[in-house]
Parts: sequence; structure tokens; C-alpha cells
Amino acid sequence: MEWLDNYWSTYNTLVYSIGVHALLALSIWLTLACGLLSLANAAFMGIGAYVSALLSLQAGWPFAAVLAAAGVVPALVALIIGIPTLRLSGVYLAMATLAFGEVVRIIVLNLEITGGPEGLNGIPQSTQGWHILAILAFTIYGLARLRRSRVGRAFESIREDDVAASLMGIDVARHKLFAFVLGATIAGVAGGLNAHFTFFISPREYGFENAVDILTMAILGGIGSLVGPMRGATILTLLPELLRFLHEFRGVFNGIVLVLVVLFLPKGLWEPRRIKALFARGGRA
Amino acid sequence: MLSQQLLNALTLGSVYALFALGFTLVFGVLAVINLSHGAVFMVGSYAALFLVTRFEMPLWLALLAAMAVSGMLGLLIDVLILKPLRARNAPHLIPMIATIGVAITLSSSAQGIFGAEILRFPEGTIPAGEFIIGDVHVRAIEIGIVGIAFTLMAVLFLAIRRTQLGRALRAIAESPKAASLLGINVEGLFHGTSFVAAALGGAAGVLIGLDFNAITPLMGQPILHKGIAVIILGGMGDIRGALIAGMFLGFAEVMSKAYLSSQLGDAVAFGLLFLILLVRPSGMFGRVLERKA
Repeated sequence: MEWLDNYWSTYNTLVYSIGVHALLALSIWLTLACGLLSLANAAFMGIGAYVSALLSLQAGWPFAAVLAAAGVVPALVALIIGIPTLRLSGVYLAMATLAFGEVVRIIVLNLEITGGPEGLNGIPQSTQGWHILAILAFTIYGLARLRRSRVGRAFESIREDDVAASLMGIDVARHKLFAFVLGATIAGVAGGLNAHFTFFISPREYGFENAVDILTMAILGGIGSLVGPMRGATILTLLPELLRFLHEFRGVFNGIVLVLVVLFLPKGLWEPRRIKALFARGGRA
Repeated sequence: MLSQQLLNALTLGSVYALFALGFTLVFGVLAVINLSHGAVFMVGSYAALFLVTRFEMPLWLALLAAMAVSGMLGLLIDVLILKPLRARNAPHLIPMIATIGVAITLSSSAQGIFGAEILRFPEGTIPAGEFIIGDVHVRAIEIGIVGIAFTLMAVLFLAIRRTQLGRALRAIAESPKAASLLGINVEGLFHGTSFVAAALGGAAGVLIGLDFNAITPLMGQPILHKGIAVIILGGMGDIRGALIAGMFLGFAEVMSKAYLSSQLGDAVAFGLLFLILLVRPSGMFGRVLERKA
């Protein structure tokens, strides 16, 4: 089994990344399921990462408590900014969450306790593979239950038409807030997990590009199911490794994939009927 | 000191306004938040730099050529991406997501082609003259930047207010369907708007490149964020609002950098944006352009 050990020591961070990215993609799936485009998930991930790293480094909390804090603090922040901002719809919400993300990045960049642009170094590597696996499984289970629940159906009707939903007696504002806060919690925990296996975090990992990456994963995989975001996360985590030969042009590939998926596969990568139709019509959409 | 800062603010503000003008124009007419506008701005900058260094083009000609290049790019984005999305009536966030993809593609291409390092105009291309008025040092290039920005904005403003074309554009902004029933060539004007907006964005890129003399593949990102702040401050789709809000943001940023703290300057834009969204989502001047596309 020596080859397995070698293999694992080379690729375990990659596998961990897939798990963390899947969590992030699921966190944005939650708001998208409610018809909200929030670009704040990278910021929530960052808040979770920094809070957990600081608690580990400076306060010496046990890992379980650290992870809980990584979920709770972003949730509180999401609650505070969500109440006023979620009144906004569509592009306005996207802009507001984008601005929030920028504010978080600038704050982290300038605070002393966060290490400024250099970030934090020497975070204990407490994250084990099974932590990620367990949290991912728990999240998927929870979200799957949620989808079939009253709340999940309310999300769906809000996404289709929020005016009609409110006329049917759904408290639209409260449901949106719930999706936003829960999404922030998942993203925060993902940030905490990530910080405790990458050993090092810096403000650069939580900017606009990362928010876009998370969004791309969800869109690429398709937001029609829970498997979609995970599929997207897996593909977009593995692709850069496979595309190393493209060097600086790797980003080009990401961008083109996003455009092509939006143009030709509006329901995500895996949509057998659509793919069949594409080929049947000679590749024209 | 204060008058020197005012001059800096005027220069920065006029470029912000010019950038935001194209941005808001596209939103007003096409109802799309075009997040590739920052990348088009960057392309304009590189185009001018390339033409000046490789072909030793005079600066004014390079500016015009860069505007043409970025304009064509904007047109291409509209024809290849936004038009098919319009045709299938995609939900309004979808075009925005597509333009994010365009932005990533363009900035990574620039990084691959020109490298990630800061590029500068060769020595002697940027007019180095300087006047001293009272205690203010005025660089010739600053006069040029402010002059060009205001000329372009004035031309656009007059075109929209006074010409038949502008009237047609305003009709589309109200309702593309009604405009099309009135015999207005809506698709054609969508293409035209995309071209003009991108050309203005490219011009802003050249001007910023000249002002700071530093061109990087990621230079579009911060100004895109500032542009978002400007068009929300000014009211989405509001041309005059974008002009005033752009100047305002320039002043707010320069002043807070000079008198409060240098880091705070960057946060000012987003703080303002956040505040406006919460208090007056229709912008400072409140003429609501409610479009649920």
C-alpha cells in the first residue's frame, strides 16, 4: 500500500480542497435557490477563516469550538447586514453584497490583528479528512431535508416569483434572511476548515475573484440539484491541476467556461436532455 | 495643499465619471450590469501602450485607436454574448454572470500576453510640462486628462439630450418593446450603445494609464468597483447622476486619503455605496429608473 500513501501525501490537499469548495458551492446554492445572487460568500468564508485562525493561534481554543465560532460569527454578520440589504432585489443585492465583500477585504487588509497584507501564518493543521467529509455529509443531508420541507418549497416559490409567494402567505423577507444567514454559516465553516489545513491565510484569498469562483462552481455544476454544485466544485478544483501547462492562461479557460455554460447550458453542465438537443441540432443552441 | 488636493480630485473624479458614464449607459439602455466594463478599460490602456511603444504612434492617435479597439470589443461582447441571451429572454442576472466570465477571460489573457508586472509608457511620451498657478503644481497631462474626459462627456450628453438618436435611446430606456413598435431599430442601438460605452471605458483606461503611468492586467478590478459605487450613487441608468457622482467620489476619495487615512480612501466608495443602497436605492438624485428586466 506504499503507493497509496505516496499518492495520498501528494494529493490530499487537492481532495481537501474539493471538499471545502463543495461546501462553498453549496453555500451559494442556498441563496440562489431563493433567487438571490449574493457575492458575499467569499467574504463570509474569509470571516470564518480569520476568526477561527485567530482563536486557534491566540486563544488556543479546541478545534471543535473554533469551527463552531467559524460558523457563528459570519452568521451574526450576515444577520446584521442581511436585514437591511435583503430588501434589495436582483442586481442591487448583487452590488450591495459585492461592496460588502470589498469592505471586509479592505478591513482585513488594514487591521493589525489579521496580519494585514501578509496574512496569518502557522495556523495549526487540525483539519482531518474525516472532518471535512462529516461536515459535508451533514450539510448535504440537512440541505436535502430542507429542500423537501415547507421552507424549501417556500424558497422555490420565492425564486419563481416573490410577489406571488408573498400573496400566498409566505414571509418572503424572513425566508430570504434565513437562506442568507445559513449560506454564510456554511461558507464560514468552510473557511475555518480551509484555514486549518492550508496553514496560511491572506486577504487575497477572499476577494471578488474568489466570490466569482464560488459562483462559477455552482453555475457550472447546475443549481437544479444538490449534486450540481458539488460536481462544479470538483471539476473546477481539478481542472487547474490538469491545465497546468496553460500557465498564465489558466484563468482564460475559467472565464470561457463560465461564458459558454451561461450561453449554451443554462441549467449547468449535466443536463442530458439539453446536451442531446445540442448535438442533434449540430451544436447550435 | 488644499488646492493641490482639489486638482487631484478633479482629475480622478473626471476619469471616474467617464468610466461610469459608459457603465450606466449600458444599464440604462440594455438593462445589463456589464461587469466586463473594467476589463474593457484595461484593454484600452494596454492598446494605447502597445501602439505607442510598438508603432511609436503619437499619443492622441493612440487614444483614438484605443477607443476604437475597446469599442469593437464592447460590440463583440454584445453581439456574441448579450444578444443570444436577450433572444432567449434570460433572467436578468444571467447576462451579468456572463460578463463576469468575459472579465476573467480578458484579464487573464492580458496577464498571459503582457505579464503580470506593471508596464509604463516609454519616457518622453507623456508630456512632462508643468505650470505653477499660485502654489499649485499643474501637470500638463492633468489638464489634458480633465479636458478630454469633459469633452467626451459633453459630446455624449448633448447627443443624448439633443439628437434624434438620443431620443430613440431614451425611448428604449423606457421600454424596448414600445420603442421597437415605434419603428426604432432597437438591436442596432443596443450594438451602438455597447460600442460607445466600451469606447468611453477604453478612453478612461488610457487616461488613468497616463495619470498614474502604471498599467497592469488587474487594473480594471478596482475601477469596476468604484464604477459600481458611482452608478449606484448617481442612480442606475442616470447619465447626469453618474457624472456628478463620479466627481463626488473622486473628491471624497482624495480628501479622505489626504486628511483621514490613506487606507480609508478605498473604503469610502463602498461605505457610501452601502449607505445609499440602504437609504435611497434610487440614487442621490432619486429619479427612479425601475427596471425589472
